[in-house]
Amino acid sequence: MKNSTLALAVAAALSAGTAQAQISGDVVKIGVLTDMSGVYAALSGQGSVIAAQMAIEDFGGKVLGKPIQLVSADHQNKADIGSATAREWIDQQGVDMITDLVTSSVGIAVQRLASAKGVITMNTSAGSTALTNAECTELGIHYAYDTYALAVGTANPIIQSGGKKWFFITADYTFGHSLESNAADVVKANGGQVVGGVRHPFPNNDFSSYLLQAQGSGADVIGLANAGQDFTNAVKQAGEFGIGRGKQQLVGLLVFSSDVKSLGLKAAEGLQFTDSWYWDMNDETRAFAQRFFERAKAMPTSPQAAVYSSVTQYLKAVEAAGTDNGKAVRAKLGEMVMNDVYHKNAKLRPDGRVMHDMYLMKVKSPQESKSEWDLLKIVDTIPAEKAFLPLEKSQCPLVKKQ
Amino acid sequence: MNRWLWIVLIALGLAAPYVLYPVFVMKLLCFALFACAFNLLLGYTGLLSFGHAAFFGGAAYVCGHALKVWGLPTELGILLGAAVGGLLGLVFGSLAIRRQGIYFAMITLALAQIVYFVALKSPFTGGEDGLQGIPRGKLFGVIDLEDSLNMYYFVLAIFLAGFWLIDRIVDSPFGQVLKAIRENEPRALSLGYDVSRFKLAAFVMSATLSGLAGATKAVVFQFASLTDVHWATSGEVILMTLLGGLGTILGPMVGAFTVVSLHSKLSAIGSWVTVIIGITFIVCVLLFRRGFVGELQHLLRGQFGAEPGKPQAGGKPVAVAQPGSGGKH
Repeated sequence: MKNSTLALAVAAALSAGTAQAQISGDVVKIGVLTDMSGVYAALSGQGSVIAAQMAIEDFGGKVLGKPIQLVSADHQNKADIGSATAREWIDQQGVDMITDLVTSSVGIAVQRLASAKGVITMNTSAGSTALTNAECTELGIHYAYDTYALAVGTANPIIQSGGKKWFFITADYTFGHSLESNAADVVKANGGQVVGGVRHPFPNNDFSSYLLQAQGSGADVIGLANAGQDFTNAVKQAGEFGIGRGKQQLVGLLVFSSDVKSLGLKAAEGLQFTDSWYWDMNDETRAFAQRFFERAKAMPTSPQAAVYSSVTQYLKAVEAAGTDNGKAVRAKLGEMVMNDVYHKNAKLRPDGRVMHDMYLMKVKSPQESKSEWDLLKIVDTIPAEKAFLPLEKSQCPLVKKQ
Repeated sequence: MNRWLWIVLIALGLAAPYVLYPVFVMKLLCFALFACAFNLLLGYTGLLSFGHAAFFGGAAYVCGHALKVWGLPTELGILLGAAVGGLLGLVFGSLAIRRQGIYFAMITLALAQIVYFVALKSPFTGGEDGLQGIPRGKLFGVIDLEDSLNMYYFVLAIFLAGFWLIDRIVDSPFGQVLKAIRENEPRALSLGYDVSRFKLAAFVMSATLSGLAGATKAVVFQFASLTDVHWATSGEVILMTLLGGLGTILGPMVGAFTVVSLHSKLSAIGSWVTVIIGITFIVCVLLFRRGFVGELQHLLRGQFGAEPGKPQAGGKPVAVAQPGSGGKH
């Protein structure tokens, strides 16, 4: 009885034809699944939740007349916890889109699970290229950066300036492996040589034995294929061994402004790295960063800005599609040209990769820096086509089908 | 166990997925089976193993690999996982039972760490990433296990079968010998029982059932990860057993429900969960040393069923004089 009335109402609504929204559960739920307390908490964590909140507020709190809700949880960088949380969110709470998803192992697990259940993932914070290659899924989107872009952006200029022999210190999980292999490819393609490498557990505190091995390897460049606190720990400890002051160069393959802030300009001065966004790029980013700062007491990192952007673009797509159905929204996202504070003229490829420019950054010297958060300058812009793996080289089975 | 308790248990099990989130209840059941299997060794035989995660996690990996890569049917994969758990148990057990008390615990811990290292480094386990995307498949080629409810009743059946088996073992003449060994090993020896053989048998049974729990969990979550083989999981199962009531048939189940629920409901506060569970444990040890169920039984009937053994630091249980109260029906 009740059902048939409902069915009638739905039928009536549909036949009315206009923008009667197809929103599951009468609410659009967005989940921020991130690392709240571990090594990546500073670059995503609570800041990502704040960014998502801001995006929802800026959108007006409603889409297609239905309220937008935000849920968040800590996955502790463990794929089993992450996928269990995502499963519960989707099954029990009707979450429609999951974002942030820092840590590639968690990202891959959740992307696979969510896509099978018809839910979009917009991964803004994990790096592994596997997300859009071997592990790509229909509804999985890799939003911000990936290890290929980092390797190309960072390794190229270093090799050209003479750093030919490389030694890698790598975080021993999917992200580290991906970053190391991408960087090694770039090194070899440019006539360089990989003289050795060592893998450390993730997360890790004591890097001394790895650093000593690297120091004794005779390499020109020690590439750190790790991130977050693993990276800052390694750099601090390298300083204690005098690594980086001699002719050996220490290179971070994935660095965020939060890492630079934590290291301090004195320790990080001159460090070059690739990133997708910096708060001090133009008036628009500065205004956004200022609003963010008032809430978070820190400037946004690039993954946090990407969370803001991903939520905004998702909501726009829901509005345009007239539904929160995963496939319909994914199709709409694929047609859109994305413009917001995070990126301009960005487009989503069939493999799930979002194409936008990347930037080569350099850490300022303490003299150059004018304020507490004045950390970086942009050395070069890497256009999207050069920054990311070309679509024809993608191993994503969804691409081959076309 | 009492027939009425069985009826209540089965009724609760059948109704649970309509009240609670099925995946959560499945997790409860897997850990409850794991804790019950562990209790068979600690509670009824008086052997404190600190390496049970190796059986739980090892079985999870093997089952996952069998389903994902070899394409085995789900039920065979789970059985294979249990068999691997038992095999590991045979290896661990035959080495560890040569020593007693803390040395026994340390040998099991050391062997479990070897398994952890193998899981970390082997290519087939996926290292830090874990073994992801294990297909749930179809039960007997017919029933689709992707459906939460189908999966749930399958897990419930596994749990009840495992639990029934443990109940039978405990009540059998074999179980009586185990309890005799727990209470007074030299006496059991002097009565002519081959104590080592009994201990090893109990160890292998416990490991097999732990493996069954681990393999089932891997299918439920479609995931096997390093957490499953980590020593913390070995510690957790001890905690579950002690909280619920050592040497009681229902205790470990209650303990597992408590610990898993605490972990899940308090996950929002992150690492503080460990502190809260630690405090719970201290309170439990100070106020009701027999565990929830043990204390309840003590209150209700004075001495009911099996007396909870109270192993002390050396792992040697305090011999509780309980002439004639060890068995029933």
